[in-house]
Amino acid sequence: MIAFIKHQVKTFGLIELFKGLAVTGKYLFKKKITVRYPEEKTPLSPRFRGHHALRRYENGEERCIACKLCEAVCPANAITIESEEREDGTRRTTQYDIDMFKCIYCGFCEEACPVDAVVETRVFEYEFHERGAHILTKDQLLAFGDKHESQIAADRAADAKYR
Amino acid sequence: MTFEQFIFYLLAGISVFSGLMVISVKNPVKAALWLVLTFIATAGVWLTAQAEFLGLVLILVYVGAVMVLFLFVVMMLDINLAQLKEGFTRYLPLGVLAAVAIFALMYLVLGPERFGSEQFAAPQLAGGEYSNTKSIAVPLYTTHVYAFILAAVLLLVGIVAAITLTLRRRPPKDVLYQDIDKQVKVQASDRFKMVKMDAVKEKDIPVKEED
Amino acid sequence: MFDALQAWLSSFLFDWLAVLITLVLQAVAVILPVLITVAWLTYAERKVIGYMQVRMGPNRVGPGGWLQPIADAIKAMTKEVVIPAQSNKYLFIIAPILALAPAIAAWAVIPFDANGVVAADINAGVLYVLAVASIGVYGIVISGWASNSKYAFLGALRASAQKISYEIAMGFALVTVLMVADTMNLTGIVEGQQGGIWNWYWIPLLPMFFVYFISGLAETNRAPFDVAEGESEIVAGFHVEYSGMAFAVFFLAEYAMMILISFMTAIMFLGGWYSPFEGVPGLESVFSWVPGFVWLFAKVAFLLFLFLWFRATFPRYRYDQIMRLGWKVLIPVTIVWVFVVGVMEYFKVSPWFN
Repeated sequence: MIAFIKHQVKTFGLIELFKGLAVTGKYLFKKKITVRYPEEKTPLSPRFRGHHALRRYENGEERCIACKLCEAVCPANAITIESEEREDGTRRTTQYDIDMFKCIYCGFCEEACPVDAVVETRVFEYEFHERGAHILTKDQLLAFGDKHESQIAADRAADAKYR
Repeated sequence: MTFEQFIFYLLAGISVFSGLMVISVKNPVKAALWLVLTFIATAGVWLTAQAEFLGLVLILVYVGAVMVLFLFVVMMLDINLAQLKEGFTRYLPLGVLAAVAIFALMYLVLGPERFGSEQFAAPQLAGGEYSNTKSIAVPLYTTHVYAFILAAVLLLVGIVAAITLTLRRRPPKDVLYQDIDKQVKVQASDRFKMVKMDAVKEKDIPVKEED
Repeated sequence: MFDALQAWLSSFLFDWLAVLITLVLQAVAVILPVLITVAWLTYAERKVIGYMQVRMGPNRVGPGGWLQPIADAIKAMTKEVVIPAQSNKYLFIIAPILALAPAIAAWAVIPFDANGVVAADINAGVLYVLAVASIGVYGIVISGWASNSKYAFLGALRASAQKISYEIAMGFALVTVLMVADTMNLTGIVEGQQGGIWNWYWIPLLPMFFVYFISGLAETNRAPFDVAEGESEIVAGFHVEYSGMAFAVFFLAEYAMMILISFMTAIMFLGGWYSPFEGVPGLESVFSWVPGFVWLFAKVAFLLFLFLWFRATFPRYRYDQIMRLGWKVLIPVTIVWVFVVGVMEYFKVSPWFN
């Protein structure tokens, strides 16, 4: 009997509904956790996988030796490499294209590279305005690497002890 | 022409036109919608005749509820228009005959001889304090109270009859019913139990060596 | 003010033309603020729900995002209105208009302040609002049928069946108000509640207050009763095929109805434009400078906030549970309360009955 009365009070007193309203009412005044993106940015890990770059040694020589491991490992077939022998007898790439529309940013190319030539940087804010522009050529990738070299080097150094 | 006359002729014109459309339009859904327009225009005419309660109840009951249910039925029927139009010329003479006969009857009963404007004095415009609701309610609940209650009982009988016709409980072994009252009454404690117990070390399971 | 305008106009125009111009101006004076409120109600909704979900809500357009409604309006107006093939063109276009027109027409009898600040102070005001609101269902039914789409049709059936069902509970709740107030004139109903918060009708009619507001939620197809547009089941219900401005008109209609329901609740249960502190010794004089319409608008704003709060809190009902709530819970409760109010009326329980 008491249980019955209790149940009726609970039903017609809309107790559960008021409990729910109290919860959302409380959250109305909580501190908001939104990150206002262009003004505020979330911290990025040194392992962040964004825009690709080709690196150089400190003497200015390009690192890539055209071993084509990255091309082989790429699950999306985004990388295309052509190579031939340079005058000094070393093997270098004549073409190194990354199709940014195919790329799935898995980071396998970076892992496969024996000389740390191809890397993925922290840069994720880029866009293409024309057809064809999404295929990045060797020159573009090298230029990009030169531009961000200090950041890339710092990220590699921060992650070095875990490798 | 005063503003009231303008409104009256507008509404009367709309109601006559839409009434004609109800019987001439081919698509039954459109016919029902024209009927709705007729109701609304008629309610407007009643409003100009100071019968605001009747006019608004006409909209509330017929437009707001009855016609919607009617539309439901008409919309969900799969009506073959070609089949409907098939017998038009064959039944035309009979239809015209019936229409003329009904019109003649109505003219005899409702014609100018009995309901013309010269038979009745022009109605007096009631004052600002006149309430149509009250002037309907007072006779309804005093002189005509028995008829009113009888009509209510009749409607109740109708509801009960309709429900008994459609409500058939099949045995639970044929159909699974949800008992919503039971579902609502369920407490958390009915469904699961929190058991306090000490941490126990499981016995080692002897590993059978297979050779 | 409008009487003077009409007299001035009729000095050089036809009589009926003067009346017509005055009526149109009166209508604009009521409709324009309503539509502007609708625009910023959508903004408030997104902000409130955002805050309850611990996010910011719109904050890009203008400071704090308060120009968002204008951006939305421009977007809606520049989009194409796609008319589906095989649909009924005329009815397809008429449907949103039929949804919006009643939601706006009902404002004619809503009083905003004492001393007759109302477009039409008619005797059967409550009945008028109920009747006009019931026409709104046609916008939904016609849009569902004319779209020639199964989702739209199912949504229309759901929405209109729900509206008709809850209209009954709503009507009974209004009957109790009429029994207490002794009048169907909305101004008269408010005037019956003069004299502080305990003279308002929500105390003797507390269950009816809840029933009316819940039916109002169901009438406007708002969460938790928004199965008509349940996106997980029937995509968007009756307005699935509508785009651009045609869709925006449905949107306007829904929000105008929300504001209307809030106004009706404030007028009938929460004392309209009367201050809650009337008769309280100290507070009455402190708040005596506040004009009446501010109190009314504050009450309406609170009720609108409840609409948003409920949407942020409650999960959507299942359709059979909605029907059960309407027919098996709300209607019996209202019928019982009609008798309770009858008993209170017989014993002249003060201060509400006299």
